[in-house]
Parts: sequence; C-alpha cells; structure tokens
Amino acid sequence: MDLTDFLLVLLRVVATFVLLLLVTVLNVWAERKIVADMQNRIGPDRAGPWGILQTVADGLKLFFKEQVNPRKAEMGMFVLAPFLAVIPAFLLFMMVPWGRPIEFADGSTFPLQGADLNIGLLFVLAMSSMAVYAVVLAGWSSGSKYPLLGGVRATAQAISYEAALGLAMVAVVVWMAASGEDGVMTLSLSEIVARQQGTYLGFLPRWNIFPQFGAFLVFFIAAVAETNRAPFDLVEAEQELVGGFHTEYSGMRFAMFFLAEYVNIFSMAALGATLFLGGWNGQIDTLFGWSTPGWLAAILPTVYFLFKTYVIVFMFFWIRATLPRLRYDQLMNLGWKRLIPGAIGWLALTAVVAAFWRFDAPWA
Amino acid sequence: MTFDVWLSDPVNWVYLAIGAAVLLCGVRVVTSQNVVHAALFLVGALAGSAALMLLLSAEFVAWTVVLVYIGAVIVLFLFGIMITRAPVVRDVGLDNKKARPVAAVVALATFAVLTYTSLLAFGNTEVARVGDPTPTETLAEGLLGRFVLPFEVVGFILLAALIGGITLARRDLSPAEEEERGAV
Repeated sequence: MDLTDFLLVLLRVVATFVLLLLVTVLNVWAERKIVADMQNRIGPDRAGPWGILQTVADGLKLFFKEQVNPRKAEMGMFVLAPFLAVIPAFLLFMMVPWGRPIEFADGSTFPLQGADLNIGLLFVLAMSSMAVYAVVLAGWSSGSKYPLLGGVRATAQAISYEAALGLAMVAVVVWMAASGEDGVMTLSLSEIVARQQGTYLGFLPRWNIFPQFGAFLVFFIAAVAETNRAPFDLVEAEQELVGGFHTEYSGMRFAMFFLAEYVNIFSMAALGATLFLGGWNGQIDTLFGWSTPGWLAAILPTVYFLFKTYVIVFMFFWIRATLPRLRYDQLMNLGWKRLIPGAIGWLALTAVVAAFWRFDAPWA
Repeated sequence: MTFDVWLSDPVNWVYLAIGAAVLLCGVRVVTSQNVVHAALFLVGALAGSAALMLLLSAEFVAWTVVLVYIGAVIVLFLFGIMITRAPVVRDVGLDNKKARPVAAVVALATFAVLTYTSLLAFGNTEVARVGDPTPTETLAEGLLGRFVLPFEVVGFILLAALIGGITLARRDLSPAEEEERGAV
C-alpha cells in the first residue's frame, strides 16, 4: 500500500466519522423537536434558528462541567466505560455503505464507506454485542446500587434481544444468497446493497423489506431494544433507578454515553436501511425517465440513503413519544417467547422458500 | 527456517507481542483477586486470540470469537457475578496460592500436548498467508461436510449440559410454594 492508498483510506474513514458526528448532533435536536410536537410542546427554540444549535450548546456546557468522581468508584473502569460505549458505536457504522462508489476514469473505485469487509455483517453483530460492556462496567464500577441494577438489566436485555437481531439478519443473508446470481452467500454490506438493485415486476423496488417484512419487524424491535430506547429503556429508567447505569456520571463522561446512544440509533437505522430498504439504491430518476445531470446523479444515492435512514430514525423517535416503558417481565416475555421463536420460524420459512427458488420444488 | 529469519519478518513481531499479551492476561485471570477484573482479563485473552486468528487470515473465526465469546459468554459471566455478588473490593480467597504448583503443571502439560499434536499434524506446512483470507465457504464445507459428525456430537453434548444445568439448578415447586410466590 503506497501513500496515496493510505490517504484515500484515511479520507473515507474521516468522512464517515464526520458524517456520523454531524447527523448525531442533528438527531438529538430532531428528537427533542419531534417529541415536543407530538406532545404539543414547543421544544428547544432559543439557540439558533428553530433551536438547531441547542445540542451544540448542551455539548459545550457538558464539556466544561466538573467531572465528579464518586468515592466508592473503581476509578480505572469508571473512566474506561464511556470510551467502551463510544468506540463500538462508531466502528459499527464504518461498515455501512452510504453512497454509490465513486468511479474514476482509470476504472478504480472509491467506496463511500469506512471499510468494506467481506464479513461486514458479522463485524456489525460483534460490535453491537460489545456495546453492553460499557453499560455493565459503568454500572458496576460506580460503586452504587442504582447503577448496578441498571447494569444487570442491561446485560439480560442485551443478551435476550441480540439473538433475535442476529436471527433477523441471518434470514436476510439466506434470502440474498437465493436471489444472487450464483447462489453464493454474502456477508458484505456493499454486496447486499448491490443485490437489491432493480425491480420486482417492473415497478416494485427489489428491496428486502417486501419479501422479508417479518425479518424487518423482528430487526426493528430488537434494534430498539439493543439501543436501550423507549419502550425498552429499563436500563436508564429515571423513575425507578434515579437514572440507571449513568447515575454517577457527570460532565464529559456523561456526554459520551449520550453520544454513543444517538450514534447507535443512527447506525442501527442505517443498517436497517441497508439490509431492508436497498441502501443507497433509488429509482426516482430512472422510474420517470428524467435525464439527471451528472452532479445530481452523483449525490442522489447518498440522499436516498439518508432519507431511508431517517425514516427509520423517525420511527425510533415516534415510538418513544407513543409507548410507555415495558415492565421487566413483559420485556423478557416479548424477547424470549415472541421475538426469538418468531425469528426462528421466519428463518425456517425463508430457508425453505429460498431452497425451492434455487433448486426448484421437489414436486416440480 | 532459522529463528533470526523468522524474526526478520515484522508480522512475527506482532505475533510475539500479541502472544505475550494473551499469556499475561491468562495469568492475571487466575491470579486476580477481583472477580470482575478476572473476567475482564479473560476478555483481553480472548481478544488477543481473535487478533492471532486475524494474523492467520481467518477473519470469520476471529470475529466469531469476538461475537460469541467476548460478546455473549463473558457478558453472561458478568451477569452471573452481578446478580450474585459484585464486590468492588478484592477477595483474597479468589487466588488460591496453595494450588499454584498443581495448576502450573496442568497448564504446562496441556500446552505440551497441544504443541505436540499440532506439530504432528501440520509440521512445516504453510496453513495460511497474511492478506489472503480463508473463504468462509471452505470453513462451512469443512464443518458441515467432513466434520459434520463431531459437530453434531458437540451440539448434542451442549444440549445435554444445558438440560442438566436446568435440572440441577431448578427444583420444581410444590403447588403450595407456587401459591406463596405468586403467579408470574
């Protein structure tokens, strides 16, 4: 690898990182505004136009605040935990392709994603399973009982819903193998996006959500639970646990947990858009036969991707404003008795249909 | 291949560094006096072994180790520790100093057996190349083709262990006791 290659890789990693930071700042503001609208409030409206700079103001304030060190805390772990929350959240998004690869005149391409691993989906699952360490260690090292309870809840919840999340993704992988040209499985996210190009019956986009709506349902519910969002936010239930795993955290360290949560929401939504909504594929220009100028054709895929992702992000905010928090036993029942059997059933169905499609039905 | 030739390749320095880190973490797992720290050193050891897998161009195995062992098994350990007792203070009884010689002998014997069998099986053959990842398909074919019987047997044993664990840990309540606890 020479210097140019290295700089190109650095460029796309930095570009992905900056994109993620920008949308996260916007998301915090968007959530407050959207939830305020749904609850007939005004929401933030002081800092900047429509209060859009509110997050920046809050961030700066947290940055300059004192960081309180609890006397009973295990300081090493206590300081480490916020970083453990942020790092996997950012790494997860590095796998998601957020635009059409740029093609140069000499035939080489520049993919618009942090890294294109051929086992991308496995990496995504591994990173989402790492996120629980931050919560558990934060809860344990605080040396206080409410954070510890939050940490215990987080562990049980993460393990329960991770299984459903993984099974939903496996159903997509099996489906993509059946619809690929040579029947080869793929775990690469860019390849999964590429296989969703085209249309069913000439008008319906070839997105996985149509044949795989069951998997999408499971994926979405599990993603909400994995990111510890309402109605599955038992980890940080302010009414029961004073605040949850981050009760003892203040200042910048608290801000990092907050950042990680919003980065995770966007990453999960982006993953949903990639796996189920065709990623950066879009048909508006080709469907109506418009002649799009070159610059527009270059940025449209990124616009499609962001739009689809924001549809899912909006659903995250929407159900937070709508649904009350689940009770703990309800959470466990939903996870183990509904979602996991449902996901296994759906996977079995997908496997049978995919096999028939690939090798013809035994009676045919 | 002599040792200095082997050492002249920078990849092998990385191998040595990771190997040393794994070894250190492994020792700290058994000598640590804080049960949560011990679990975290185990994470370190497993992460190191995943990194070694990456060096061997076994991407799939490496990330599976991260997903299954670090992401699920150790998290379950931590969960178990936290719902029973989670002392932030150290527990001196955790590091059983009297058993150290025996443990060392067992560890060395295991190491010797594994090294001997590996050398017997592979010798000097080149298993993998850096930067040339093993296709997951090869792995799947091995696991579900040639080694399907051992694979199924391991699965069956794990199922038996699971059922055994539940039977040992759970006692069926009498109707009166169940009444007492209240229906869930």
